[in-house]
Amino acid sequence: MTAALRFDPIRLPPECEQLRKEVRAFLADEIAAGTFTPFKPNREDTDAPEFSRRVGARGWLGMTWPKKYGGHERSFLERYVVTEEMRVANAPTRRFFVADRQSGPVLLKYAPEHIKMDILPRICRGELCFAIGMSEPNSGSDLFAAKTRATKTDGGYLVNGTKIWTSSAHIADYMIAIFRTSPPTKENRRHGLTQFLVKMKQPGIKVNPIGQITGQFEFNEVVFTDYFVPDDHVLGEIDGAWKQATSELAYERSGPERFLETYYVLTELVRAVGSKPDARSAEGIGRLVAQLHTMRRMSVSVAGMLQAGKEPVVEASIVKDIGTVWEQQLPHRVRDLAAFVEEDATNRETLEKQLAFAIKTAPKLTIQGGTTEVLRGIIARGLGLR
Amino acid sequence: MAESKESENIVVETAEKIFADLADAQTINHDKKGDWKAPLWKALSEAGLPLSWVPEDCGGSGASLADGFAVLGAAGRFAIAVPLAETMLAGWLLAQAKITSPAGEMTVAPASPKDRIALDADGMLSGRARGVPFAKQAGHIAVLASGNGGHSIALVDAAKVRTEAGLNLANDNSDTLTFDKVEPDVIAPAPKGFDQTALMLMGGVVRSLQIAGSLETMLDISVRYSNERVAFEKKISKFQSVQHNLAKLAGESAAALAAATSAADAIVNSPSLDNDAVFLEAVAAKIRCSEAAEKGGGIAHQVHGAIGFTIEHILHRYSLRALSWRDDFGSESYWAVELGKRVAVRGADELWPLVASR
Repeated sequence: MTAALRFDPIRLPPECEQLRKEVRAFLADEIAAGTFTPFKPNREDTDAPEFSRRVGARGWLGMTWPKKYGGHERSFLERYVVTEEMRVANAPTRRFFVADRQSGPVLLKYAPEHIKMDILPRICRGELCFAIGMSEPNSGSDLFAAKTRATKTDGGYLVNGTKIWTSSAHIADYMIAIFRTSPPTKENRRHGLTQFLVKMKQPGIKVNPIGQITGQFEFNEVVFTDYFVPDDHVLGEIDGAWKQATSELAYERSGPERFLETYYVLTELVRAVGSKPDARSAEGIGRLVAQLHTMRRMSVSVAGMLQAGKEPVVEASIVKDIGTVWEQQLPHRVRDLAAFVEEDATNRETLEKQLAFAIKTAPKLTIQGGTTEVLRGIIARGLGLR
Repeated sequence: MAESKESENIVVETAEKIFADLADAQTINHDKKGDWKAPLWKALSEAGLPLSWVPEDCGGSGASLADGFAVLGAAGRFAIAVPLAETMLAGWLLAQAKITSPAGEMTVAPASPKDRIALDADGMLSGRARGVPFAKQAGHIAVLASGNGGHSIALVDAAKVRTEAGLNLANDNSDTLTFDKVEPDVIAPAPKGFDQTALMLMGGVVRSLQIAGSLETMLDISVRYSNERVAFEKKISKFQSVQHNLAKLAGESAAALAAATSAADAIVNSPSLDNDAVFLEAVAAKIRCSEAAEKGGGIAHQVHGAIGFTIEHILHRYSLRALSWRDDFGSESYWAVELGKRVAVRGADELWPLVASR
């Protein structure tokens, strides 16, 4: 038999339900206080520094990290609940999300102690925003083609080159980036890249915003000109970044953020059809809910495996593949069904505005954080095909 | 990739060993006379598997619901084509009313949410049930009847019921039963809250597990075939388009497995089948597994090319059964409408809390 994929029916433990209530109450208060408007498309309020601090104060950042770094030593399943409730409410998580999900765990594993003591508690307090410096103008999915150089100098490295499509770089305090420290070898084209912690808003870094088809300016070009990184900002093995990337991907790829980005249009469709939908609307909604439930159960299952200390890289890639394709198609399916909604449905205008935004958002969902093609390559490798 | 699936317990191991020994797909496929059926059924019966869900005091082996569900997943992986699932379901239904199960093959009626069997005032059963799996092979039928102000569960001698034989896509019997004033052998009231929806949900989860199992095997044999078949001077598994198709098949197989095992787990851990959580889980599993049968089975055929379209190849044993199983106990489009209606009645702001409650 091909090695079996596992998706055991993991359930969230009882303590998660108390936590869920707390998160919902907190978000309801924030909405009432005007911090953000849920379900309003194309918002201007996606960067919310004060909100970020309040989330930190509740203990919902760095939830799984050691207490000595400001963390809370809670489970991945508890973190899962916080993440999904924030997503469904459309809360402005931009400022802290990358740091909490990805950058913090990388620092925990590879940063020197004094840097961990300095930065991790500030992430937990919601004070820091992180960006990820991977793609370059001629290196996207092919990560190991990166050319931005870090050249050894006294006490550190001088960086020259350009990163691109860097989300949040314009507001970020730090970036975790990969730079070329050596050329690739004949035997291993992945050799020669090193992971660095980069302090933003310093001389030698220029951030140029790039407009997106949604009208937003979330990603950027980041140009490095003789930018100095000190030696203690090297994360992990010099020339060995390729060994460090894979296991973290399971965290990045399987969370609820991988199928909930356009969820709001489904809620609004249910509102628009009312309590007595015709068979066509009912069938459409029923299928979408069945698919959503299934993906969430898969995603929770992966979270359970992570909590158990496993590395379900293939399972996580499957969740992201299915999840992102689904959230990409969702606005189109909802549009199909919305065509039959009564003209006088009270939320018709809201639904139409949301659809316009979600349909424009959709193309990016199967590109960001690992394209569908890259994911299917990883799954194929797991199946023993390459 | 997580480690290979180890058998969880002795019941499942027993079933898998019998399937491997006596239900090898290749052997069955070459046996035009069906000589494999009797020894397989005998071995399953001797192991007590058909009456897994019947308590010992009702004549069964009293295995747990969870073990029985796991056996059905394995039965799907082997595309088992004797009425194991049907007899298990029938025994389970009878046990709801504390009716002792007889030996031998059984099935359940109705097998569609739209059919009704009525219990008349004179104690006789009337009505028609279509698409009843393996009715022709069954000695007894477990019937859920409505009438006299509630639901009843009955054991009926199959000889008393008019059977019009039919075949599903995989040539397994799928028959029409007509109850024309049939006197049940035994009849008792169904427990409170147990209605036809409960039977359909349980049947739907049984079929979901079988579909998920069949997809696991379709993935397995498709991967293996792609690593053997050479075209354009290389193994077809080395073509990116084939790899990506197989990755999608893995996704469909994974989704079916996750949905089906989650639904089975929901039933195991719920005191009754009469609540929104079990409804969502069971119906979602039937919908999603049926979708996976179409998409995943389609890819398995595409990867196999013409050879997979032949009677000689074993692929059809899995692909056609998975497609047929979609129809039993309510199709995916039927359940999607029912689920959509429930979601609409709960209202937009209660959708996420329902999903998140699971």
